[in-house]
Amino acid sequence: MVGAIEVSTEWYLVLSAVLFSIGTVGLLIRRNPLVMFMCVELMLNAVNITFVAMGTELNDVGGQIAVFFVLVVAAVEVVVGLALVVAINRRRDGATADDISVLRG
Amino acid sequence: MVEAVWLIPAFPLAGFVLLMLMGPKLGEPRAGWLATLAMGGSFVSSVVVYIGLLGEDAHDRQYVQTLFEWVPAGDFQVDIGFLVDPLSVTMTLFITGVGALIHLYSIGYMHGDPKFSKFFLYLNLFAFSMLMLVLGDNMLLTFLGWEGVGACSYFLIAFWFTDEANASAGKKAFVTNRIGDWGFMVAMFLMFTTIGSIQYTDIFANAAGISESTATAITILLLVGAAGKSAQIPLFVWLPDAMAGPTPVSALIHAATMVTSGVYLLTRMNGVIDVSAAWAPTTIAWVGAATALFAATIAVAQNDIKKVLAYSTVSQLGYMFLAIGTGAYVAAIFHMITHAFFKALLFLGSGSVIHGMDNDQDMRHYGGLRKLMPVTSITFIIGWLAIAGVPPFAGFWSKDEILAFAWEDNVALWAVGFITAILTAFYMSRQVFMTFFGRYRFADVRPEEVEELAATKVQAAENAVAEAEVGIGGAEEAVVKATEKLEKAQEKLVTRETEMADADASDEKAFDKATKNLDKAKDGVEKANVAAEEATAAVEAARDAVRTAQAQVANVAAASMGTGAIEFDLFNAPNIGEMTDDDLPEAARARREYHPHESPWQMTLPLVVLAGAAMVAGVMNLPFTSDLHFLDHWLEPTLVHPAHLTSSASVKWILAIVAVMGGAVGIAAAVAVYLRGRVPAAKIELPLLARGWRYDESISNFMGGPGRKSFDLVAWFDATFVDGAVNGVGRLVRDGGGQLRRLQSGLVRSYAAMVAIGAIALLVWFLSRANF
Repeated sequence: MVGAIEVSTEWYLVLSAVLFSIGTVGLLIRRNPLVMFMCVELMLNAVNITFVAMGTELNDVGGQIAVFFVLVVAAVEVVVGLALVVAINRRRDGATADDISVLRG
Repeated sequence: MVEAVWLIPAFPLAGFVLLMLMGPKLGEPRAGWLATLAMGGSFVSSVVVYIGLLGEDAHDRQYVQTLFEWVPAGDFQVDIGFLVDPLSVTMTLFITGVGALIHLYSIGYMHGDPKFSKFFLYLNLFAFSMLMLVLGDNMLLTFLGWEGVGACSYFLIAFWFTDEANASAGKKAFVTNRIGDWGFMVAMFLMFTTIGSIQYTDIFANAAGISESTATAITILLLVGAAGKSAQIPLFVWLPDAMAGPTPVSALIHAATMVTSGVYLLTRMNGVIDVSAAWAPTTIAWVGAATALFAATIAVAQNDIKKVLAYSTVSQLGYMFLAIGTGAYVAAIFHMITHAFFKALLFLGSGSVIHGMDNDQDMRHYGGLRKLMPVTSITFIIGWLAIAGVPPFAGFWSKDEILAFAWEDNVALWAVGFITAILTAFYMSRQVFMTFFGRYRFADVRPEEVEELAATKVQAAENAVAEAEVGIGGAEEAVVKATEKLEKAQEKLVTRETEMADADASDEKAFDKATKNLDKAKDGVEKANVAAEEATAAVEAARDAVRTAQAQVANVAAASMGTGAIEFDLFNAPNIGEMTDDDLPEAARARREYHPHESPWQMTLPLVVLAGAAMVAGVMNLPFTSDLHFLDHWLEPTLVHPAHLTSSASVKWILAIVAVMGGAVGIAAAVAVYLRGRVPAAKIELPLLARGWRYDESISNFMGGPGRKSFDLVAWFDATFVDGAVNGVGRLVRDGGGQLRRLQSGLVRSYAAMVAIGAIALLVWFLSRANF
């Protein structure tokens, strides 16, 4: 093996942290609902990576199982969220997340 | 047989429901008969239960019948159940017995009342509540009955509520009783926290284990409750006013049954009183003794036939409390029963008199009714002898027993009881003499009528003067007018005369006209002269009229001074001076035509039955040998420490003889004052006594003055601090919410930022605590 670099668990965790941070920042700074959605997906999948990595590290299948739950929740979220995005776009073309604040207290 | 106990309250309840559904349709007299029948059924059931209980051994005479669970709340369990024991059966027997008689009596008494069926509806409801009170197997059920009888008492006192006085008498009774109810309730709470149950059987079993201080507190609180219901000092004020109700109500509720429920309650709780500190029963005894004497003194000066009996009832209830305080529970119950008989008899008798005397309740207007109302008077006299303590009538035995127990407890208590006995004999004799003996006074002209008559006459004369003065004014105006007319006529005459002089004699036509005009003017002057003279004469006449009218006023005033001073006199007809029959007020003339009448049989039959009971009820508990203490043996199982007299036979004989002599002194004094007229009655009937020692007024003054201020203070405290705290919390939450709602901006990204900041904060916190 030539200069083989061992991909240890820490790498995965760092990757996960980076992806999660990108998702968080994206969610906070972008206004397009669709992009915010993608950011949320990014955060969820960053967490999934952590689960899988730790599951392998600790030799515990529970990590993989948790990922299934997250996937299911994400799918549900996409269904509801995209429906909302479509509904919003029908009423107000090109609306950003900041334009929609009718639930203001 | 004892299983039939549920029937006892069921009958009046059924009567109540039936009357509520179809009372007005039944009408008079069927509604009354239905109610009476219900009470009769209840009485028969009581007798059946009594016989069943007699069949048991003395110590097995306790039976609890549970109908259903009433309040199941965790540890707090209350059932609707009946406790059958000698005490409750004794109570039900005389409540239903006397109650049935009074129902029957009411059919006659309430004849013609527009609310006939409603009256019987209330009476049945009252009987039901009263029976629940005595039969209930726990304090809460007794309390239910306690409040039920209170409500019925209110309904019935204010039965004729269109009269303001009746309505407020009802309110007074209701409000005063609330104070007593507070005592009962707190006693009940205390009992539950102490022994964990308010079931009487549990209380009997655990009473001995209650600490002395707790038992004392319960006893005093029960005394407060009993003092309210049984009209003892300081809460007796409502009972005399309760006489505003129809007389059968006074007999049933305010003499025979409801007012004895305080005595019943204290007897029921004798186990608790037994373990309380010694001063608690002593307090009960002194409250009773003080009330007995206090009320008896007031009864001496009352003129309303029912007020005398009301104060007498308060006084007799005082005897019962005195007995309870000295531990003589059997004597208290004995006196309660005999009192129920003779006081119901006296009240019904007074009702019969009122009924026969055209609803007049003032004894000063009676007199000599013995021959006019034979049955009423004979039965009333029996009741009088019973309450006055004349042997062998019922009241003698029961009162004497109480006095004997008082003697053994404390001579001072006995002395108060003895003085009260003398006063009782005195005021009851006074009542009998004023009502049934002496001169028939109903047709007399009454002082207040003469005063009113004189006042109207003076008023009329003064009106005449005023009218005559108006006449002068009119006449003077007429004079002025007549004088003016005269002047005008004279002026005209002058002008006509000049015209005449100027007129050309040759112009025949003009001359004629002038002559005619002159004649007319002369006529006018003459007429005006006559008119002026007439007017002056009219003025003179008017002045004369005024003078006559004024003289008349003086005469009328003088006349009314002569006849207006007539005073109430027991023995001689009022001296009406020079007044003739035609001068008498119409009411007085109408009274001459009125003939007092004996009441119908529905009213006299109960009187006769009760008179029989008042004569022989003493055999329940004869003092001669231990075997004759029937009531003593019967009630013994319900008492923790049955009291027995320890004095020797000779002491008892002496006490009895002294008591009889005391009664004789009271009667003799009344004979001297009210039959012979040796001492003027006014020397005894002091105004202070007539006004009840100003007790009522003092309470009103206190409540109106300092009391009112303190209530206002409490109300201010409530509005400022209590309401302020509540409203302050509300305002705080509302204002805080107002601030917080700004966070709800509706911007999704700002929410997300908050979540992110929170997450980072948590992360920092965890990292700071972690040990690497």
